[in-house]
Amino acid sequence: MLRIVIDRKHCKGCGLCVAFCPKGALCMATSISPRGVNPAEVREEAACVGCLNCTVVCPDAAIEICELEAAD
Amino acid sequence: MPKKVLMTGNEAMAEGAIRAGCRHYYGYPITPQNEVPEYMSRRMPEVDGVFLQSESELAAISMVLGSAAAGKRTMTSSSSPGISLKQEGISYLAGSELPAVIANVQRGGPGLGDIGASQADYFQAVKGGGHGDYRMIVLAPDSVQEMADLTTLAFDLADRWRIPVMILADAQVGQMMEPVEWHEYRPPPDLAAKQWALTGASGRPRNIVRSFFLYPGLLEEHNLRLQRKYAEIASSQVRLEETGTDGADVVIVAYGSSARIARGLVSEGAEGGRLGLLRPVTLWPFPSRRIRELAERGKAFLVAEMSAGQMVEDVRLAVEGLTPVGFYGRMGGSMLTTEEMAREAARMLELVAGGAA
Amino acid sequence: MSISYRRPGALIDKVTHYCPGCGHGIAHRLIAEVIDELDIRGRTIGMAPVGCAVVAYDYLDIDMCEAPHGRTPAVATGVKRALPESVVFSYQGDGDLAAIGTAEIIHAANRGENITVIFINNAVYGMTGGQMAPTTPEKVKTTTSPYGRCTETEGYPLKVAELLAGLDRVAYSVRVMMASPGDVRAVREALLKAFRCQMERRGFSIVEILSPCPTYWKLDPVEAFRHCAKEMTKVFPLGVYRDWEETGANQ
Repeated sequence: MLRIVIDRKHCKGCGLCVAFCPKGALCMATSISPRGVNPAEVREEAACVGCLNCTVVCPDAAIEICELEAAD
Repeated sequence: MPKKVLMTGNEAMAEGAIRAGCRHYYGYPITPQNEVPEYMSRRMPEVDGVFLQSESELAAISMVLGSAAAGKRTMTSSSSPGISLKQEGISYLAGSELPAVIANVQRGGPGLGDIGASQADYFQAVKGGGHGDYRMIVLAPDSVQEMADLTTLAFDLADRWRIPVMILADAQVGQMMEPVEWHEYRPPPDLAAKQWALTGASGRPRNIVRSFFLYPGLLEEHNLRLQRKYAEIASSQVRLEETGTDGADVVIVAYGSSARIARGLVSEGAEGGRLGLLRPVTLWPFPSRRIRELAERGKAFLVAEMSAGQMVEDVRLAVEGLTPVGFYGRMGGSMLTTEEMAREAARMLELVAGGAA
Repeated sequence: MSISYRRPGALIDKVTHYCPGCGHGIAHRLIAEVIDELDIRGRTIGMAPVGCAVVAYDYLDIDMCEAPHGRTPAVATGVKRALPESVVFSYQGDGDLAAIGTAEIIHAANRGENITVIFINNAVYGMTGGQMAPTTPEKVKTTTSPYGRCTETEGYPLKVAELLAGLDRVAYSVRVMMASPGDVRAVREALLKAFRCQMERRGFSIVEILSPCPTYWKLDPVEAFRHCAKEMTKVFPLGVYRDWEETGANQ
């Protein structure tokens, strides 16, 4: 299970992560962040395959991904 | 008694720098200071130092900026047209508060001018030839011995005040030969370690060397701090030499090569001891207070320099019209002569006598 | 194997002043990642240029020095000659490197100065408001080439990676781009190799990066990214133009 964390402070809403996610795990938020932009947000975390494309293209190092230990 | 060595002023300056611990020299050839890079190119490898002939004066001063930022004693030298190119880097050095030594062995200008001795870069050196409100300490050697000694002093002052220091020499003092006495150099014991230097942020927070302050108010604050520093330097670092000013009616004010000619006149007792000499060793800070004191005692002045009249403006600012200030100058690489200076001095003495009568 | 990504330690937790989708942010992050990976934070010294990246030192948690416009490789030379054991890089845009600083970059490269140059080529002056750069492609309109760059009067875009590769003391000269996640990974590899080049004392290394400027290209960030591959590479072909590991140069 992967956890995607998008830092709304850093995200400027450029949309590169959304465009380059092969699984549609991310989308642009309809809400406005404190920076005054529509930041990226997680649409479906379970779809994430951990390719890290989003972190690779992010100009603001706003995305962190970590693997959660299985609950059982 | 230490052995005396016969050398040119330019070589003495280079050796003085090496003895003061300068191990990073960057420069571009230009007459009349080529003895400096040539000497450095020979000597630096002997002391594990760096000599680099740069692609331009712009690059040389920027390399100086880099080595200064890394905490090293570093210098460059050039002559008037080359010094104009270095103004960019000098302004950055001043803004970034980096210590460095820049030597200007002045030649005639404007433009490409000639390669004769000149003192026409006074304004550029003491008023700030680059952009922004900044100062350099400016030292004016008048002998080969002083080319060595003032260069050594320049490194100490640069480090102490975190400021670029200029040696303002000229073709005459740079290329003539005189015996030099060498003393063992000891850095001032109270010089602080350069904790601001860029050495890699290992085991400490990062250091940044910068002159750029974009956010409102920061640059003014930075400038105010610089001005406080300059005020402290101005009140504590004036250096000058006086000869026979006490009994004089007219004090000749001259620096560098021109002071040598004036000293000849004064020490020969011309005009029955009514002439004295005040030689600024620091052109910035300028010995304004001492000149003012002499003016208040009724002494008139004759400013002698190889220019159309640059330092004379600072003398007039100090005197503020209290007594007459005369000027004698030559331009375009022509040296002052004792005869002409004696004639101008006699004219000033007549003027003073006439005014008193 | 655990999958994870964390902000690099050498990147300061500060929001950058760069526009959304700007390549500078990616380049800064990659530099920080490479510094972390090589574990050289304590001996790396960076040179910030004049241009959009003028305050790069606000974002990278390393010792950094400001340089006068274009003199960046000369300042880097001064630092590296003073501290030969340090890892020194200059970070420069196309105005800084390919216009006002052409003398400095060519001579630093020609001396084989053992430094790494990171060259952000976005074909436009960003900081001053979108003027023509020496790298602006033919017919492209900017605020100072309102009718499009005319090669008859303004020449062709300067190809820096190729130009410097012609100098014998250059160890590594490469052009990469930011156009897709794979391309950005290639940029990271090039940066790693360039730093390694310096650490192995091979000599001068330069990584030219075709980098998106959505604001002055007047494209949205995703289109700007793709524009690097579609348009920029027509003028600036990607490639390794010099590699000491291939040619055996500077061994």
